Amino acid sequence: MIPEQHSQHLETAYLNYKKKRWLLCGLLLPVLILSFLGSLAIGSASLSLSEVTQVLWQLISDHVSVPDTSAGIIIRDFRLPRISMGCLTGMALGASGAVMQVVLRNPLADPYICGISAAAGFGASLAIISGISIMTGLFFVVGNAFIFSLISVSIMLAVSGRKGAAPQTMILTGIALLFFFQAMTTILQYFGDSDAVKAAVFWTIGDLGKAGWGEISIITPFVFAGTAYLCFQSRDLNLINAGDETAQSLGINVTRVRILSLVVSTVMVAGIVSFTGTIGFIGLIAPHMVRFFVGNDNTILIPASGLVGAVLLIISDTLARTVLSPVILPVGTLTAFLGVPLFVYLIIFKKEMLQ
Amino acid sequence: MKINVAHLCFSYGDKPILKDINFQVSQGEVVCIVGPNGSGKSTLIKCMASLLRFHSGSIFFDGKASTDFRSMERAKHIGYMPQTASLCFSTTVFETVLMGRRPYSSWRSSTKDVHIVADILKQMDLEENALHNVNCLSGGQQQRVFIARALAQEPKALLLDEPTSALDIAHQMDTMDTVCNLARTRQISVAMVLHDLNLAARYADRIVMLFRGSVHAQGSPQEVFTSNNMETVYGVTASIQNNNNTVSILPVARCGSTQQASEKTRG
Repeated sequence: MIPEQHSQHLETAYLNYKKKRWLLCGLLLPVLILSFLGSLAIGSASLSLSEVTQVLWQLISDHVSVPDTSAGIIIRDFRLPRISMGCLTGMALGASGAVMQVVLRNPLADPYICGISAAAGFGASLAIISGISIMTGLFFVVGNAFIFSLISVSIMLAVSGRKGAAPQTMILTGIALLFFFQAMTTILQYFGDSDAVKAAVFWTIGDLGKAGWGEISIITPFVFAGTAYLCFQSRDLNLINAGDETAQSLGINVTRVRILSLVVSTVMVAGIVSFTGTIGFIGLIAPHMVRFFVGNDNTILIPASGLVGAVLLIISDTLARTVLSPVILPVGTLTAFLGVPLFVYLIIFKKEMLQ
Repeated sequence: MKINVAHLCFSYGDKPILKDINFQVSQGEVVCIVGPNGSGKSTLIKCMASLLRFHSGSIFFDGKASTDFRSMERAKHIGYMPQTASLCFSTTVFETVLMGRRPYSSWRSSTKDVHIVADILKQMDLEENALHNVNCLSGGQQQRVFIARALAQEPKALLLDEPTSALDIAHQMDTMDTVCNLARTRQISVAMVLHDLNLAARYADRIVMLFRGSVHAQGSPQEVFTSNNMETVYGVTASIQNNNNTVSILPVARCGSTQQASEKTRG
């Protein structure tokens, strides 16, 4: 009788523990909504929250009518697309960063580790500086950036695949590709026309302002499908976190799970990078913040990292728009300014986080 | 579950590691695989766990060839514990043991899984630490966590690769007691690689002694741990004592010539 009670007590303790973690994760949703609404209101022309909700309601209930007020125009044409893009980008970076760290067994891994950002930068520079692109029309620059980031991922997989897709090989190949594409970009810039070089450099700096509604409608399914897939894989990723041999002995096809989750997260991030440029640190810091508060169970970690990434990027972007208003700083620099001290704090004071 | 290893051969590239290995593990029996470094012990246990694909021969579990199992089905029958089972990002003890239920449920763990894990934690004396991070526990406790995870698979056979290597003598005995009890009470067949010969002699029902990729001797500890075998396999003169049916091995000196010979084949 007594032992039965005892293990019963253990079960409830665990279920309560889990419930608390999910609750923390769930709390992120209202936080995200609040920061979303808040950043719609804050800016060089500040709006009240009631104005914001009123315009949003108009947009949702009747999207044919154009809100004629200045508040309506600011929100519909400037802030809403920008912040929606920030939300999607942050989500993709956060979730895929969490996955990369597990899959590559490295707490310093981030979504760009396969050289995607450098390759996208090269693709864009090639289009802007030399006028060479695989795509035409609207996607002249963006499409080229995307295709080159896919090329980088494919080379990484092809090389490391020969070595049984071992994490160390993947990281080393990724770093090699990063330097290769950086060098190629430098050569283009070295010989390029100065105005074109300036435009290319500007392109690679992470900024959310480039995206309009058309881009968002392309990105949205990408990000939602990718994140959903990663959440779906989270239980097997838990086993991979416990070691390849353990995972394999528990019936998991380790190589397949590793490569599939890597491909899904990198393709998702490649799509984002092609539209926004490199926005650093979100993919590294969001998962670590979540690890600190809710632990390392990937079933919670991955969705929570996505939400934290979105909140962080929205806040960074709001700051980027307001700090030197009316000048809008590129958000990629703000994430580094915010991320570095936060990260150093975690490394110094929360050592247990990294092991 | 009866394990039958028959004519097993394995090589890395064209370098043969295992040559025609034959032995059995009966239901509820504890078999220790011993041998010097590089004799193929870990390779053998990995072949048995289907982590390595062997080239010829077969391994039967209750008469069914290991290659005929689907991976999830195999994970319901055979538990494996690697030599180094480090978590990259530490999870709690409960979560870690719950991983052992993966073969039984694909997406979410059911209340039955949680129930089974709670029982195992209690049995393995880990209740106090159930919600602590595994990486914060002592080596002995961590080892118990990983055994507990293998038990959560409800296996009929357990394959362990040096389960006591990181432990002090008390925890070594704790771990071995636990494993032997499980073999007895749940009729689990256990095959494990052990470096510590005295521990093997104390706990094993049977010993399989590997030397240069082949089975040099197998049988009861008394039969296998002879000064003759110690000399040819380990290149060590040892005095073998037999107290109350337990063999103990006391190394005396190294025999130079044999050691050089085994060094050569390894290099």
